[in-house]
Amino acid sequence: MNVLSIANLSIDYVGAESVFHAVKDVSFNIAPGEFFGLAGESGCGKSTIAFAISRLHRPPALIRTGSKILVDGRDVLELDDAELRSFRWREVAMVFQSAMNSLNPVLTIEAQFYDVLNTHLGLSRVQAKARAAELLRLVDISPDRLSAYPHQCSGGMRQRIVIAICLALNPKLLIMDEPTTALDVVVQREILQRIDTLRKELGFSVLFITHDLGLMVQVSDRIGIMLEGELVEVNDAQTIYRAPSHDYTKRLWASMPRLHGTPIRQEPAS
Amino acid sequence: MTAPAPVLALDNVSKVFGSKDKPVYAARSVSLALYPGRTLALVGESGSGKTTAARLIMREYRPDQGQLLFRGAPVGDGSLKAYRAAVQMVFQDPFSALNPAHTVRYHLERPLRLHQPDLGATARQAAVAELLERVKLDPALIAAKYPHELSGGQRQRISIARALAVNPAVIVADEPTSMLDVSVRLGILNLLNDMKSQLGLALLYITHDIATARYVAEDIMVMYAGQIVEWGDMDSVLGNPQHPYTRLLLSAVPDPDRRFGEGRPDDELSRIDVIRRQTALPQPEVRTIAANHFIRPMPA
Ligand SMILES: Nc1ncnc2c1ncn2[C@@H]1O[C@H](COP(=O)(O)OP(=O)(O)OP(=O)(O)O)[C@@H](O)[C@H]1O
Ligand SMILES: Nc1ncnc2c1ncn2[C@@H]1O[C@H](COP(=O)(O)OP(=O)(O)OP(=O)(O)O)[C@@H](O)[C@H]1O
Ligand SMILES: [Mg+2]
Ligand SMILES: [Mg+2]
Repeated sequence: MNVLSIANLSIDYVGAESVFHAVKDVSFNIAPGEFFGLAGESGCGKSTIAFAISRLHRPPALIRTGSKILVDGRDVLELDDAELRSFRWREVAMVFQSAMNSLNPVLTIEAQFYDVLNTHLGLSRVQAKARAAELLRLVDISPDRLSAYPHQCSGGMRQRIVIAICLALNPKLLIMDEPTTALDVVVQREILQRIDTLRKELGFSVLFITHDLGLMVQVSDRIGIMLEGELVEVNDAQTIYRAPSHDYTKRLWASMPRLHGTPIRQEPAS
Repeated sequence: MTAPAPVLALDNVSKVFGSKDKPVYAARSVSLALYPGRTLALVGESGSGKTTAARLIMREYRPDQGQLLFRGAPVGDGSLKAYRAAVQMVFQDPFSALNPAHTVRYHLERPLRLHQPDLGATARQAAVAELLERVKLDPALIAAKYPHELSGGQRQRISIARALAVNPAVIVADEPTSMLDVSVRLGILNLLNDMKSQLGLALLYITHDIATARYVAEDIMVMYAGQIVEWGDMDSVLGNPQHPYTRLLLSAVPDPDRRFGEGRPDDELSRIDVIRRQTALPQPEVRTIAANHFIRPMPA
């Protein structure tokens, strides 16, 4: 059974004067242990989908009837409040696009770990601190930082701390919306390699949203490409890279800056 | 040939955070210069002090040592207003850079009001529309929206448009396009490139995207643990990297031809820990590699 199964998902932003169709009839699945990449132009609806899967969408976002989101076979759109509380973090954990400012500014890093670990696992302060130190090590941050406040950490450190909190409850699906924009490529590589190893060990699946196509091909098993609310192409990562079928995907590759040779392979004007 | 004068410079600036027994050296004798019509890319480890350098330039932090120079003169409290108008910043996090209570139009009109007070309402409206078009956003769709109604990449573009609104002499852009797809990213960078050559804008471009930096910047600096470890001409640094950390950084740039976990790991990647430990030590010596290419070699 798929960990995530999305069928005919349509999401609108309903305004006073107009309705904006942000997501149009999108369907795709993620298998257990699979690393699925989602890419597409800015504003095409990627974060909107991520929010809907975690049931974190709020008005004016409206999920159209007929849309289905199943996590581990359960209909996410039908969950009541009590079910939602255990669903979040345990079933699906999400690293937001704004992860670097999603930490609570007035709490130390330690207190934020305690919140999650105490609420969901009933850990004591001492237990939570030990577990938090372990989780921080997974993302290459020294446990010294537990006593720091978010503003004392750099943007990339804050992103890593949020990733560590998301791993705390061994979720079945980890959603990462641009989780590494503030990380240098060395740390980014270490973190993603670690998540790649962890998902193989622990068996969780990953939905990875990024604009870094090179990186996406390096880590993903399959990739979906979105354009203006529609999912225009889904395939295994190598096919998306070496033999894309949609024009938009081809254009994406053509405009990707390279480190060596001609900086950009420009498409001949069509 | 006389060298052109920098419009803005940090001269041997240091900044330490934390306590006496646990100091964090966010900037260690950092010197950099920005020239009209040129872009300097600042890359480096996460937490190495790039944003700190930007905040020192923006005068959000006072240096513990060294000074900030604008057109050759130290920036003092008296000259701050003119300085603030001339030097604009695009912040790293677009989600906290915009005020949630105000529309996009308000965010762009405010700087226009301050810096072009004579502009009439209609002209101001037109200027807002033009700014939005410059960053590839549709004014009819976007101007009336609030920040929470925008995607991450759309917010980044509003921050850039706001910086452009006052025709600054210098823009300090901290990861300005990290949330944009490659095509929009190139559009924005081309726009900055045009402003650079036409208006003589000086740009400090802080980024983790070295491939894109190569496309827009003439010069590059590589930072680690508060120090600039290698700097100079972009082609020379990328083509002939001499500092182990620079080599490590270049070997980790995402490459779609090499899947994770496949093939032989690079030399540098297998030596990460050693390189990190060594590079974190103070590296006072400067060695010249080429006319415009320098490193601070790791202590042996
Ligand atoms: N609350 C809202 N009200 C109205 N429109 C919205 C709202 N939130 C998002 N939108 C619009 O919906 C579209 C999709 O937004 P979304 O955040 O899902 O894009 P995205 O693919 O994540 O983009 P990015 O890569 O830039 O983060 C955008 O055009 C955005 O302007
Ligand atoms: N206000 C502060 N108080 C204490 N420490 C700080 C403060 N601001 C930054 N630091 C520390 O200074 C160092 C440099 O931080 P800075 O934000 O400049 O890094 P950066 O290079 O921009 O990193 P990133 O790429 O992750 O954004 C970090 O160790 C950070 O924790
Ligand atoms: Mg988004
Ligand atoms: Mg930073």
